[in-house]
Amino acid sequence: MDITFRLNGETVALTDVAPTRTLLDWLREERGLTGTKEGCNEGDCGACTVMVTDDTGARSLNACILFLPQLNGCAVRTIEGISAPDGTLHPVQEAMIGHHGSQCGFCTPGFVVSMAVSHLNGASDHDTQLAGNLCRCTGYAPIVRAAEAAEDQPVPAHMRDDAVRATSVPTDAQHIQPDGSDALAAWYSDNPEATLIAGATDVGLWVTKDFRDLGPVAFLNRCTDLRGVTIGDADITIGAMTSLSLLEAALEPFHPSFSAMIRRYGSVQVRNAATIGGNIANGSPIGDGPPALIALGAVLNLRRCDTRRSLPLESFFLEYGRQDRAPGEFVESISIPRQSDRLKCYKLSKRFDQDISAVCGCISVTVTEGRVTAARIAYGGMAGVPARALNAEAALTGAHWTQASVEAAMQALAKDFTPLSDMRASAGYRLETAQNMLRRYWLEDTGATLVTVQEVGP
Amino acid sequence: MSVSRPLPHDSARLHVTGQARYVDDIPLPAGTLHLAFGTSDVASGTVDGMDLSAVRAARGVVAVLTAQDLPFDNDVSPSAHDEPLLADGAVHYAGQPLFLVIATSHLAARHAARLAEVSISPHESILTIEDALARDSRFEDGPRVYERGALAAALEQAPHRLSGSLDIGGQEHFYLEGQAACALPQENGDMLVISSTQHPTEIQHKVAEAIGVPMHGVRVETRRMGGGFGGKESQGNALAVACAIAARATGKACKMRYDRDDDMIITGKRHDFRVTYDAGFDARGRLLGIDFTHYARCGWAQDLSLPVADRAMLHADNAYFLPAVRITSHRLKTNTQSATAFRGFGGPQGMVGIERVMDHIAEHLDLDPLEVRRANLYGADGARNTTPYGQAVTGFILPEMIDNLLETSDYATRRAATDAWNAQNTVLKKGIALTPVKFGISFTLTHLNQAGALVHVYQDGSVHLNHGGTEMGQGLFQKVAQVAAGTFGISMDAVKITATDTAKVPNTSATAASSGSDLNGMAVRAACETIRGRMAELLAQKHDVADQDVQFSDDTVIAGVTRYSFADVAKLAYESRVSLSSTGFYKTPGLAWDRIRGTGRPFFYFAYGAAVTEVVIDTLTGENRILRADILHDCGTSLNPDIDIGQIEGGYVQGAGWLTTEELVWDDAGRLRTHAPSTYKIPATGDRPDIFNVRLWDAPNREETIYRSKAVGEPPLMLGISAWSALADAVRACGPGYGDLQTPATAETVLKAIRSAKDGEHYNVL
Repeated sequence: MDITFRLNGETVALTDVAPTRTLLDWLREERGLTGTKEGCNEGDCGACTVMVTDDTGARSLNACILFLPQLNGCAVRTIEGISAPDGTLHPVQEAMIGHHGSQCGFCTPGFVVSMAVSHLNGASDHDTQLAGNLCRCTGYAPIVRAAEAAEDQPVPAHMRDDAVRATSVPTDAQHIQPDGSDALAAWYSDNPEATLIAGATDVGLWVTKDFRDLGPVAFLNRCTDLRGVTIGDADITIGAMTSLSLLEAALEPFHPSFSAMIRRYGSVQVRNAATIGGNIANGSPIGDGPPALIALGAVLNLRRCDTRRSLPLESFFLEYGRQDRAPGEFVESISIPRQSDRLKCYKLSKRFDQDISAVCGCISVTVTEGRVTAARIAYGGMAGVPARALNAEAALTGAHWTQASVEAAMQALAKDFTPLSDMRASAGYRLETAQNMLRRYWLEDTGATLVTVQEVGP
Repeated sequence: MSVSRPLPHDSARLHVTGQARYVDDIPLPAGTLHLAFGTSDVASGTVDGMDLSAVRAARGVVAVLTAQDLPFDNDVSPSAHDEPLLADGAVHYAGQPLFLVIATSHLAARHAARLAEVSISPHESILTIEDALARDSRFEDGPRVYERGALAAALEQAPHRLSGSLDIGGQEHFYLEGQAACALPQENGDMLVISSTQHPTEIQHKVAEAIGVPMHGVRVETRRMGGGFGGKESQGNALAVACAIAARATGKACKMRYDRDDDMIITGKRHDFRVTYDAGFDARGRLLGIDFTHYARCGWAQDLSLPVADRAMLHADNAYFLPAVRITSHRLKTNTQSATAFRGFGGPQGMVGIERVMDHIAEHLDLDPLEVRRANLYGADGARNTTPYGQAVTGFILPEMIDNLLETSDYATRRAATDAWNAQNTVLKKGIALTPVKFGISFTLTHLNQAGALVHVYQDGSVHLNHGGTEMGQGLFQKVAQVAAGTFGISMDAVKITATDTAKVPNTSATAASSGSDLNGMAVRAACETIRGRMAELLAQKHDVADQDVQFSDDTVIAGVTRYSFADVAKLAYESRVSLSSTGFYKTPGLAWDRIRGTGRPFFYFAYGAAVTEVVIDTLTGENRILRADILHDCGTSLNPDIDIGQIEGGYVQGAGWLTTEELVWDDAGRLRTHAPSTYKIPATGDRPDIFNVRLWDAPNREETIYRSKAVGEPPLMLGISAWSALADAVRACGPGYGDLQTPATAETVLKAIRSAKDGEHYNVL
């Protein structure tokens, strides 16, 4: 494929790039830019963090699971481009030296790039901004001190990158980059065995870890018509190519608990790449988006060629690894009915930030005059698919909103799920905590405070 | 004066600009080849056959080697010659290298390595402590036992007695830079190896054996590692040897780096342990006798397991006097990765054992664990101050340190506030704990306590500094450069820090056991003093003053009334035909240790510290968080206080991670299921304490160490035990039962303990 992007301020036009060549390998092996490091090759450590700017602004991404065609039309800035062209250090670089923010130094370029992007965007929630960068030496304290110290320094002019004009012609029919969903729909129905690549936070690992030959691929990053959140009178409609970062911000006014959970979905780098369409379509039993969306009664909108259909999201997940998606059919959008917010999302994982859920419980219970008039409860991590807890819902619906009712629903939940034991949690723990999430919901809803460790200060 | 200044890491500017070079960043000759291992997915068995035709046919593959193709010794063990580079018929763990792929790219090599058809007849594998005990699968003939005093009588007569068992999880190093090496063939069969290793001499030794040349035919260079933590003490051998063999076979430069998953599957980790105890004590909780049994899961090869298990025994006391004691240590051989060095080297496991006993006694007697700990501390010189292995604990400063920390951390007020808070809250509970650290400094294999240095002064007054220590992020190079600059009285920018190189300083010990600055700092000072002495002698003669009246400071040398720049003196010395190059050597004095009998003085001195940690736990899920940590740590007279504080902060978080979120899980077939950061969770930014106060205890080392400083690499890791102890304290607030909190205290493990505390009903894993 042919692509054009900017690299540390210079325009780079590449022809015949292998579609699954990662930016990281290309930087290190072909450009000799070895400042960007490989720490895990799966997007979990942030040592390869780069800054990518497009028409939506500047963001951090993991270069190890970023395919070159995804950069078509973007500007990339690596650690080598964070200092000014005359060698003057960026304020975050100065602060990292002054605060002893590096020890072994291997994670440092990734941290510096993440910090420089936050600095550029004026973000000062450092624990969130840096949750995707692992450091094994410092214990993080000096790094956060450095980030804080640099906050008030001006943004160096060279950090403001402009996107470039993308190369628009696909070079062969097996590897395309459609410039809209109509083109995608037409091509995909002709190539139904193809792999669609949105953010590549999952597909990237198929390549870097499993060496899978993807066959025909379509990169969706230029399907801008699939991107964005529309707030209608009846529905909130989310385009499939909406990144988790965008979704987090868009949902905050409507469903703050969902938004807060998205803040723990992967890391900033992952959320900047990952899309809600990919999160749904890959059918993970533990992807955190679907349980929340199911609890909100979301409807999935699919398209194949010019045919569209809609179905309740929970119906899409047939069994582990199998979804109700016809060949050539793709996720176009997802619609959430407007509703008064009753949703709480409880994500349970070994580590608070950037960890895959052991259990993700999403609960929405509507109470009218002391009685439950509607209950939608969905879990991830409890079965082969994200699924509703129908017995628990039934136990609550119509009942008085009391501790006894909640405890009955907790009992009923044991009939809904037979979870598995794995490296994240045992089956018994999963069931017990899933039950306790119902209790937590009731406690919170009935006015209890101090029911999560995040609420407590020293 | 450069010493004791809080200078940044020597490479800080290179780090933040991405210019610091690690092994994989070094430009190599065109045509460099790349390597990958094909590994076993069976834990124990016999290789019936390997069809490697698809591997050989894969795109980019140049050659594939098996054990039969190795020209000389097939061994990468650092100790017992029991670790073949490539399996020689028998498979001992899932992840063991079977064959070596040599290809034109890293990706091609990795991809091809997956294409083999390997047939292995599985044997019944030994995975758990129980399996190993049942089959008497162990290293050494039987358990090692250290004992002192009349234990049986002490236990029988004790007013109170309890027993318990603690499972202590292992730990993946998760150095951010994975293992890496490259080998460049030289003329006449010699080999230059660049390795990410804590032990260049060991690499040199193993490579020389593997390619059949004397050690003089191999030169190993290490500028820096992207983290080591003990994981690069012996685990780099396989990569360096593979590269050298492949380079010898192909005549091309060869490079190997493990992908993260390969790294975690192939290499050893911290030993997991079970520690059981039977303790007798009085009404104050003061121990009268204790019988410890350590079960260490060592994995398939001996590696460094014997000294690791020894060090666990040597820290079974931590900071406490044990009047009558027996420590029995089983070193179990299992079909898992060969457990290896990891920061603390067994010490942390031994220490957690006794800290658990302190908490258990306190619970039993309904006392504040702090009071039990204080009652058991070693005494002042002369009484209650001999370790179980007979070394006197002199200069025991922990009582004063603890008093100081209690005051600055406001412990008493917060203890009361925590109890009051817990009385008010049902869903969440808080806990607070203070734990001390007393860590022995020296290699327990006495001959390793030596170091060499090589210093050149050039005729322009610039200095080339080299020593046997390696830089893995700990700031060793900067500290030692500060020593060199201080000794010559010159500024830091006159000193060039250079890569560790076996051709400059031979026969080095691993940079391990926290010994780096103690040993290398002294060796460098000796070398610098030799050169300075020659310069002083020259000027003394010239100006007719005594040698000691020639002063070196502020880049200036003063002889009588004459002032020279240091550079002028260097030039003068050169022109006067005075040697401006010297080696330096140091060996730690006073050590005598019998590891079989378990008596003597294994340690030159002890490093001390103490931490108070406050946590909160969630009784619905076991989720938990560190709210605050206050640390007071002893670095003697610090060579560089900011670098030392960095070691302490980082060590604490790494130690807390070990005991909380970092969980290694093997399946029933012995395959590691947590082999990437997606499943193995080291602490992230948000896991550090909200309030994190670290202070240095500023007092000189009683022993004559370099500028009276103390080693700081490992000891702070064990400050993290206070986080785990605080979790146990929070669990204790959940109910009348004994929580019996195990490690790692994941949310699930904490919830299980909460259940146990609440109703004594043990949580069953379905």
